[in-house]
Amino acid sequence: MWPAVLPEKPKEPEVGLDLFKEKGVPLDRQVFTWKDLTRRIYSKLDNDAFTRVRVILMNGIESEALRFSHACARMNRQLREPLALIRRVEQHQQTLVNWMNPPDQSPLETTLGFEQVAIEVTASVAQHEPDPYLAQAYRFGMLEDFDHLYRYSALYDRLEGKDPNYLVQSYSDIIPGRPTSLEHRHPLDDVRRPYDSRTADPLTKIHALTITAAEHQTHDYYMTIGPMFTDPVARMLYAEIASIEEQHVTQYESLSDPDESWLEKWLLHEAVEVYNYYSCLHYESDPRIKEVWQRFVDYELGHLHYVMQLFQQLEGRDPAEVLPKELPEPIRFASHREFVRRVLRDEVHLSAKGTEFVPRTEESERTLRYRQQLNADGSPSETAAAGYRWRPGTELAEEAERLGSYGEGRIQ
Amino acid sequence: MERKASGLGMNRTGIQTSPVNSKKAIEGAEQSQPSSPGDASAIWKARQAFAREQEGLGSVPPPGTLKGMAKTAVDMLKGGRSTVFIDKLGQRAGFERTGVRLYESALSKLDVYGTWDGGPSREQLEKIRLDELSHFALVKRSIEKLGGDPTALTPAADLQANLSEGVPKVLADPRVNLLQSLDGLLTAELVDNASWELLIELARELGHNELAEDFQRALDVEQEHLSLVRNWIAAGVKLEARLGQEAAGAPV
Repeated sequence: MWPAVLPEKPKEPEVGLDLFKEKGVPLDRQVFTWKDLTRRIYSKLDNDAFTRVRVILMNGIESEALRFSHACARMNRQLREPLALIRRVEQHQQTLVNWMNPPDQSPLETTLGFEQVAIEVTASVAQHEPDPYLAQAYRFGMLEDFDHLYRYSALYDRLEGKDPNYLVQSYSDIIPGRPTSLEHRHPLDDVRRPYDSRTADPLTKIHALTITAAEHQTHDYYMTIGPMFTDPVARMLYAEIASIEEQHVTQYESLSDPDESWLEKWLLHEAVEVYNYYSCLHYESDPRIKEVWQRFVDYELGHLHYVMQLFQQLEGRDPAEVLPKELPEPIRFASHREFVRRVLRDEVHLSAKGTEFVPRTEESERTLRYRQQLNADGSPSETAAAGYRWRPGTELAEEAERLGSYGEGRIQ
Repeated sequence: MERKASGLGMNRTGIQTSPVNSKKAIEGAEQSQPSSPGDASAIWKARQAFAREQEGLGSVPPPGTLKGMAKTAVDMLKGGRSTVFIDKLGQRAGFERTGVRLYESALSKLDVYGTWDGGPSREQLEKIRLDELSHFALVKRSIEKLGGDPTALTPAADLQANLSEGVPKVLADPRVNLLQSLDGLLTAELVDNASWELLIELARELGHNELAEDFQRALDVEQEHLSLVRNWIAAGVKLEARLGQEAAGAPV
């Protein structure tokens, strides 16, 4: 017996990248062609699941770069041109990253990848987060996304007769988390306390932006593909989970200090992009894709230094007030099964009330009413996964085994 | 049979919908010039350029165990013909399993739309669902005997799933009635028949005669499915045409 494919091994972190010394590639050398943007495609069958996780995450990070940049340009006269310059590069970076998703990977299959991002990346962040309140928020959200993986897996199995583990590759458990039907909360029970930018650890700021970006793209993806499904339960399930993703964006974005200046936020965005590409580079096992992560670490360092200069010129502040000197330990792109199971055991019963996490028995009246209203015609997430238990080869493998001697095509 | 699929209505997709606008649109197109010379072959030339530098969909996983038919496992490791066999077996496993879900969809249509003279009965659809399941079980056991991993998505399985992805999609659409769904089942059964035939040939060539016999029995059953589906469609379409005539007041 020998292992078919060796799973990716987590590596020991190296000495961090010096953000002030490494200048990366200057803006005028950050160029693309249409072919360059679209020619790299990972294999759904042969690539490690964490390559898909990284591609989906980085698409989310770049998508946030564009989203932020547009909002910022609408509110800041003097930043409009510098933002436009960098934004165009980010647009093409996002394209190159997103186009690495293989076309034989269906939207539902990509969805399973999105949820694996939300589980494994958030689990890594939750364990490295220095602020206990934010760490709690990440664990809280993670258990909800963990449940989404189970619901979508049931849908994939039951609509198409396919095994969700094709995508998950046994790195994550396919079992219920905090039931999606109970995740619906009143908007005012999703807004959290922000960190204080003057005292927060730089890693805290990086984490909050990273997870906000990932969840925002998840939301946008579900809102785009949800109506493409024909099955009514699938359409309702996407509607239901997209609503939770909206809650998650509300939660995660509220963790960032709203009193940071626009430029400070821009600087942080660029640092987040460097950090995330750097993390991808650290773990990537596919040399063709590793090359992309290296190239974009260098591009992002170029952006970061460009914005550092603006920060000094326009705000008269030292970027070192905001940025860490060296990048922290990379995001751990690996299975966090034991951590997730522990959180599931200890915290599945939690809900939120205002900014605080409370036992479900203490939920607010407004949340109970809100949930009751949305679930009044039934719960898609409960319907999709009614009685569902994942088995290698789908739930039909079990029924097929029960057929026993009935098989062999002799049924007449 | 309820809810006719081919009734007359306000379809707007044809050029005759709006004589005034279509005349202008046609004139506009005729008067314009392309911005670059060439024809549709420009697209396939680009496709060729990408094909030359890109890798395939993926690979067949190596055997996880030497138990069972060790010869096959060893052959696979050498990159022999058994790899093709496992690839195609993986394809059948996936397709038959999807087939189970397709007949579940058809059964759900039956409850809403009812059947017709010469159309499918509940018992027939339930039986075919079980046939598909038992064929999945057969292929799964065969892969295991050969030392392969029946849970792996092989390139051939991925390919066939992509080629036929519209079938489960259309059958899950509540706007599609039972008769329309049968077109999807026809697509699936035609492919299924041809694929079993190929698999039998491949099994014989590789000396897996017992497997070939098992597969032949599966093919016999699949041939029946195909013939049933064809007859249901023929009966349904004829009935729909007759109902149309009746509605138009013509003698039946």
